[in-house]
Amino acid sequence: MHAHGRIALTLILNGAPCTASVAPSDTLLDLLRDQLHLTGTKKGCDMGACGACTVLVDGRRITSCLTLALAHDGAAVTTIEGIGTPDEPHPLQAAFIRHDALQCGYCTPGQIMSGIAVIAENPSSRDAIREAMSGNLCRGGAHPNIIDAIAEVAGL
Amino acid sequence: MNGFTYARAATLAEAIGGTFIAGGTDLLQLWKIGAATPAALVDITSLPLAGITTSANGVLIGAVARLADVARHPAVPKLVTDAIMASASGQIRNMATVGGNLLQRTRCPYFRSADLPCNKRAPNSGCGAIAGQNRAAALFGASLACVASHPSDLAVALAALDAEIDIHGATGPRRLAIADFYRLPGDAPERDTMLAPGELITGIFIPTPTGRTIYLKIRDRASFEFAVLSVAVSLTVEAGIIIRARIVAGSVAPMPWRLHAVEAALIGRAPDAASFTAAAAVAAEGAQPLPHNNFKITLLRRAVARALGEAA
Repeated sequence: MHAHGRIALTLILNGAPCTASVAPSDTLLDLLRDQLHLTGTKKGCDMGACGACTVLVDGRRITSCLTLALAHDGAAVTTIEGIGTPDEPHPLQAAFIRHDALQCGYCTPGQIMSGIAVIAENPSSRDAIREAMSGNLCRGGAHPNIIDAIAEVAGL
Repeated sequence: MNGFTYARAATLAEAIGGTFIAGGTDLLQLWKIGAATPAALVDITSLPLAGITTSANGVLIGAVARLADVARHPAVPKLVTDAIMASASGQIRNMATVGGNLLQRTRCPYFRSADLPCNKRAPNSGCGAIAGQNRAAALFGASLACVASHPSDLAVALAALDAEIDIHGATGPRRLAIADFYRLPGDAPERDTMLAPGELITGIFIPTPTGRTIYLKIRDRASFEFAVLSVAVSLTVEAGIIIRARIVAGSVAPMPWRLHAVEAALIGRAPDAASFTAAAAVAAEGAQPLPHNNFKITLLRRAVARALGEAA
């Protein structure tokens, strides 16, 4: 049945159940930022090209700008807010700090969420990480340090 | 951006009638720029069409299987895996489906610019690319109405393997060879494929490859970029002689483009450098270049020669 107007959905958001009501055309990114106020996930190009909006859905990295919120009813969504705290950063967040893996920081949440998924994909080499991270752009050119940080956590 | 309704189909019957959405990675881009204006989206990702099953003579991939899952499946031919892994980014491959990949629209900048003329996006508005920017335009199969090229890597690999497309429509299921699936623009470039309204791709059958294969993709940058052109090669050699060849070029036509002259030049020859050089020399036979894409003539010959050499 076709639904008009707003539709309720439930997410497991950063480990906790979360309900929201969205328009059919709301992207997952817009839901996260505009309604749930999780603004760590960034809107860069809004066309899937820059990777700043990368989140994990059921453990897989996706660009949240190119998917409708309603496509993820019942899914487990993990954003940058869900992986660490200032006192207890995620190991990859700590590695980004050690390696100075950022310039302005706008792309960093997406880089880290993408990097976490790449590490889970068991990259075989530093080149494999480089290739796997091609969906995350850094306007400031921090890519070598980003690769260093991911490689360190991946044990490469 | 127009509004639309959204429904999730639980059965094939429920799915027919709306605009299908699966991974959404192409459709939502097109919607954001006004090149697609769906009224009623039907999400088909809950249909039982995500499986990958093997049989004695090949593998059947469900239409909504995600590219990343297909690429890592052990029963999927290496040529297909290589073409997928050369496509898009890790994030996009986790979302995009094989059916959606085959149905992605052209990257022609006129198609993707609401302010510019494009017969494919707005019938009878004219083709801006013919006399404008046409670096990415087709060398083969274009018409005065449209010179756009098809951007899929996967489709090129599938064409080299003689894959078949399973389709469900109002009259029931049918199966089309991929060679018969796409249509040339002619004077109706708004239609990319032979799908009738309401027809849905349900799966892709790939016969088990019999020979050596390679996918060569030439890009303007090393990763996460569409092809300037690509070449898929499938060569079967028996007793030192090439007995079957499929040489298909991508991003040079409105569909994966079989290079029949190259194939004919290879049959009956030994798989050696002399054969490959002679065959590659006819790779651009029949090409009709435009001012900005004529460099692809030389590039195509060289890419075919290199791909043949790497496959052998």
